[in-house]
Amino acid sequence: MIGNLGRIGPARIFVHAAVLLIVLLWLLPTLGIFVTALRDRDQIVASGWWTAFAGSSRTTAARLDGPDKAKPDGANFVISGALTVEGGGKIQSFGLRVQEPAAYKAGSPAQLENGETLTINADGSYRYQKSGAFEADARAKRVYLTVATPPQFTLDNYRGVLGGEGIGQSFINSLTVTIPATVIPILIAAFAAYALAWMEFPGRAILIALVVGLIVVPLQMSLIPLLRIYNEIGQIFGVPSKTYPGIWMAHTAFGLPLAIYLLRNYISGLPKEIIESARVDGASDFDIFVKIILPLSFPALASFAIFQFLWVWNDLLIAMVFLGTDKDHLVLTAALNALLGSRGGNWEILTASAFVTIIIPLLVFFGLQRYLVRGLLAGSVKGG
Amino acid sequence: MFSQIVSAIGAMIFGVAICAAYFWFSNKLLDLIFPAREGDDVHRAAVNLRRRGLIRPWLFLGPALFLLVVYLVYPVVATFILSFYGPDGSKFVGGANYLWALNDTEFRQSIFNNILWLAVVPAACTFFGLVIAVMTDRIWWGNIAKAVIFMPMAISFVGASVIWKFIYEYRGGTDTQIGLLNAIVKLFGGTPEVWITIPFWNNFFLMVMLIWIQTGFAMVILSAALRGIPEETIEAAVIDGANGWQIFWKIMVPQVWGTIATVWTTITILVLKVFDIVLTMTNGQWNTMVLANLMFNWLFRGGGDSGRSAVIALVIMVAVTPIMIWNIRRANAETKGR
Repeated sequence: MIGNLGRIGPARIFVHAAVLLIVLLWLLPTLGIFVTALRDRDQIVASGWWTAFAGSSRTTAARLDGPDKAKPDGANFVISGALTVEGGGKIQSFGLRVQEPAAYKAGSPAQLENGETLTINADGSYRYQKSGAFEADARAKRVYLTVATPPQFTLDNYRGVLGGEGIGQSFINSLTVTIPATVIPILIAAFAAYALAWMEFPGRAILIALVVGLIVVPLQMSLIPLLRIYNEIGQIFGVPSKTYPGIWMAHTAFGLPLAIYLLRNYISGLPKEIIESARVDGASDFDIFVKIILPLSFPALASFAIFQFLWVWNDLLIAMVFLGTDKDHLVLTAALNALLGSRGGNWEILTASAFVTIIIPLLVFFGLQRYLVRGLLAGSVKGG
Repeated sequence: MFSQIVSAIGAMIFGVAICAAYFWFSNKLLDLIFPAREGDDVHRAAVNLRRRGLIRPWLFLGPALFLLVVYLVYPVVATFILSFYGPDGSKFVGGANYLWALNDTEFRQSIFNNILWLAVVPAACTFFGLVIAVMTDRIWWGNIAKAVIFMPMAISFVGASVIWKFIYEYRGGTDTQIGLLNAIVKLFGGTPEVWITIPFWNNFFLMVMLIWIQTGFAMVILSAALRGIPEETIEAAVIDGANGWQIFWKIMVPQVWGTIATVWTTITILVLKVFDIVLTMTNGQWNTMVLANLMFNWLFRGGGDSGRSAVIALVIMVAVTPIMIWNIRRANAETKGR
């Protein structure tokens, strides 16, 4: 159907070009941090990430040996040695004044004043020659170098953040929060959805309306009263108020309305005959649920699981409020947020940390995209 | 590290097991208390069956209802009550918190910014989503393009903040600009700027992030709706000599209008709750404060003021209420039709 439009619409080329442009626009931001996280920290600040593949050049300064190292060479005096270039790389050109750091090409002798000749080779070895003696009290000569660095990629940034910045620990914390906070709501929501879809009891319609209404309740409403409850429970039982079970329950509860709604839609759409014949055969509702409904609902369960996983993994607010910001409990998003504050300019740390937080959801996302899309459609289009 | 992993796994299994155990044992218990066979007494067996049928739905619903009530219903009531009390929630102050909100410049700024967000983000996401859906459906590599545009959905707001902070990065003096935006500006001879500190316009630089994240969502749903348009309507339009533009606006858009409304509302709700982006990018500085952040700020600012933050939370609640009612009505109509 849509294919027909191609023939009658504006030129196909335009569509291809427009989509390509949009795709690039959408890809570039993420690409930027992926590339940056692999670059050397000095290079990150020296040039834009988009030049990473082309290599870069930078200007540094170095000092030749002093006149006391001069050796006579026939009628001339020569100072020679090797400059060490910090960070490595090939010397492209050199100069004597900071305003002209690239006045002379590396490898070819530069004629200076007073009959002096200076040659600096690409590898840093140099020969500084004067037709007479060097003035004994002159200072060692300062030179400026333009150094070309080939494209360099490194995993050091990742090693740094996984160990030193506590990102490794946060990664485990995030998993500890996310996995139960994904499994538990599915279990609870599936039982509830089955009851709302296939069991007869008074008040069912009101409960369904309640669930639908609660989908849109802003989380912000819950923060203050829940914090109070948590603190009171903590005081009464002498336990800390910010615990993993606490945050599991919070995530479970906040995910429940949508989960029940989606799963009820799906489960009530299952064929009536299967359930009724199982009932006739004497199966209890519990058996029907476990043996028939759960296996049949797999696609809906999977799509909600992916949603809930992404949502919990990416959450910052609930984690900050209910798990706190102390080091032992910091989840990845909160750790990254803290780094944004404390390491705002250290892009090698920020980008590598961001990559660590992004990689798991991206894997889940691309691995299970089919189910995710199906879940989205079940939830949003059915009613639309 | 190893012991952490072990204890994490232990905690996970423990949490999930407790939940599964509840359902299993409670249902077993019910079957034990009201057995299906009670000797030869057929009457009592029937009574038992009925009782089980009365109780079991509540066993199934129990945990869900408990969590919904404690975490979502009760807090709405409690927040409402707290909004009439002082900072620590113990002294009744009447409407003082509401009066404060009316006169607070930061609160007004937040309302203004929220309206700005609500006006721009849902519209932009829906529009781009629709246009991209139409375009990607017409090319052979459309699915790849869709996957790329959908991808930011998987990225956390904090991760997106790092990504976009890097785009907006500004470096002073003669330093090389390593932020993409400033590099482009410089390439065209402009002056690099500290983008996220420019009042008013910085709101839009933050909105771009949410549009970047949410357009994929709109695209996927609208794309499915577009596929559902009956072929005949478009063919008829083609025969009548309609051009692509007319087909888009007069045939396609009206037929997916319901879906557009759904997408629009979903993103509207999200925008009202948006918190992470503003927190990580500016923390509300330079006139970018929005309600959700203001509420969070008052919750923890200097020991916290639960009264004022309750008022702000209620404002957000009031803003979503029409959507809530609309949702319930639609769901009711749907259930009756089934």
